[in-house]
Amino acid sequence: MKLHFDVPGDDLSLAGKASSELKKALGRLGIDPVTIKRTAVAMYEAEINMVIHAHGGSADAEIGPAGIDIRLQDSGPGIPDLDMAMQEGYSTAPEAARELGFGAGMGLPNMKRNADDLRIESTVGVGTTVTIRITLPGSTTKAP
Amino acid sequence: MNGQTFHSVTLDPAKCTGCTTCIRYCPTEAIRVRKGRAIIMDERCIDCGECIRACPHNAKKAVSDPLAAMERFNIRVAIPAPTLYGQFDEKFTIDRILSALKGLGFDQVLEVAWAAELVSNAGALSVDQRQCKGPMISSACPAVVKLIQVRFPSLIENLMPIQSPMEVAARLIKERFYPGRADVGVFFISPCAGKVTVSRYPQGVKTSAVDGVIGIKDIYVPLRNTLPGTVELPLAHASGRGIAWAHIDGESDAVGNPAGISVSGIADVISVLEALENGKMANVAFIEALACPAGCVGGPLTVENPYIARARLRARERRVVSRGHRQPPVAADDLELGWEEPVQAREALRLHPDMLKAMIMMEEMEVIHASLPGLDCGSCGAPTCKAFAEDVARGHVVITDCIFKLRENVRKLAEQLIDMERIQPPGLDKD
Repeated sequence: MKLHFDVPGDDLSLAGKASSELKKALGRLGIDPVTIKRTAVAMYEAEINMVIHAHGGSADAEIGPAGIDIRLQDSGPGIPDLDMAMQEGYSTAPEAARELGFGAGMGLPNMKRNADDLRIESTVGVGTTVTIRITLPGSTTKAP
Repeated sequence: MNGQTFHSVTLDPAKCTGCTTCIRYCPTEAIRVRKGRAIIMDERCIDCGECIRACPHNAKKAVSDPLAAMERFNIRVAIPAPTLYGQFDEKFTIDRILSALKGLGFDQVLEVAWAAELVSNAGALSVDQRQCKGPMISSACPAVVKLIQVRFPSLIENLMPIQSPMEVAARLIKERFYPGRADVGVFFISPCAGKVTVSRYPQGVKTSAVDGVIGIKDIYVPLRNTLPGTVELPLAHASGRGIAWAHIDGESDAVGNPAGISVSGIADVISVLEALENGKMANVAFIEALACPAGCVGGPLTVENPYIARARLRARERRVVSRGHRQPPVAADDLELGWEEPVQAREALRLHPDMLKAMIMMEEMEVIHASLPGLDCGSCGAPTCKAFAEDVARGHVVITDCIFKLRENVRKLAEQLIDMERIQPPGLDKD
């Protein structure tokens, strides 16, 4: 089944709503707590990144018996150096976000840690698409 | 047992007008209005008392024991929550309050505040030695424990596996003061509706040593009348550290971890737990989370305004320091305070045990939700349009229970009637 979320940009106080909604949906489906938490963390980090760097965007989640696929799309500035961005502690977050405790350079590493597969396609000046796959326990389907 | 279905919050059907105020305040969406009455869904209720506070007709109440319940036992022991001390003017000392309590027919009184000090010590140790990822969450508030069981199952591993001060006080009475006796009745004097439930279906222990729970509001008047003429006995043992458990910050100060935070009020507790589940709060070691505003002083079974009660308690905490040291009422250093069994998740929100069927139901729910007006008006008896969509998908109600959907259908029907009226039999049709 599919769920769509709009992620409004530039308001950090609203960030986390999509992740919270997705979490509720997974609970209704009876997905195990460990998977829910992994999904929540990965989704939340992606959502925050989208708000801080890209003025928001949209998130689509597809939940199936094998796993959860989340696709987050924005039309932000893009990531110039993806390898650098994946390093722990590397951050380009603005001061305002840092004051709120964001921008510790753990966003992408945390997403990678919690996802079974993480793909980032980014073009500078065009935008970024992040795909997160979370495999359900007991599922034999490998990440694509 | 994890209290699967029992809860202490109930409805007085004679007072309920079916007004739908309460349904909006329930943090687990456990209330629906059916046939003009509020119905609580047993498996979802966490005993937080929000509906008791919200009901404009006082139709919601917590089932607790009357004072006369002690008559079933030969030996009657009262274990008052420290919140009790905040209900009375400071001119009455804690010794006086405890002595007056004894005067109401109890053979002995032991302060839950004193047991709270033991729990604080064990809690500090368990925070330092924790195995879970992230902070440890206090398990002292039964509503927070149940909230986690129902809405945040991934955080169960963060719950502090230590018995509550109430349970520890009751066990001290049974195991240390009256070992082997079966005619001892221990009564918790409670600000809290949830404690009634956990005295019957405990969290983390197999059976509770508490025999009854008497609400502070039910004992307030007789106690208040007894106070002025009571002779003071030296019954108080707790220090400010234990007394402070009655209000927000009390437990975290007593546990003493500098990386602790405290949160009270169910809505704020939920936002902290949401953040924690999202992987925030990496530097927090301990969370004191209390469902009631300002902590236990805000409990639904209290009489005094929570903020007045807290100010009084703080004054008492300062005064207790000058009382000087008293010997502990009983040796308790070797008492086992850990949980006897883990707390389990409650799948009260799950749509169907079969995940594929649950998915089909959820897809249906999304379609229904999209067709609803989104006003969350409550006329259907559900707190939100989303909750109503869920009720329809579960088959509990029909779509036309939404007055807007009903109106839509009536309109369609009226249009069909008009269309039918226009059709003439062929013999009369002149066009």
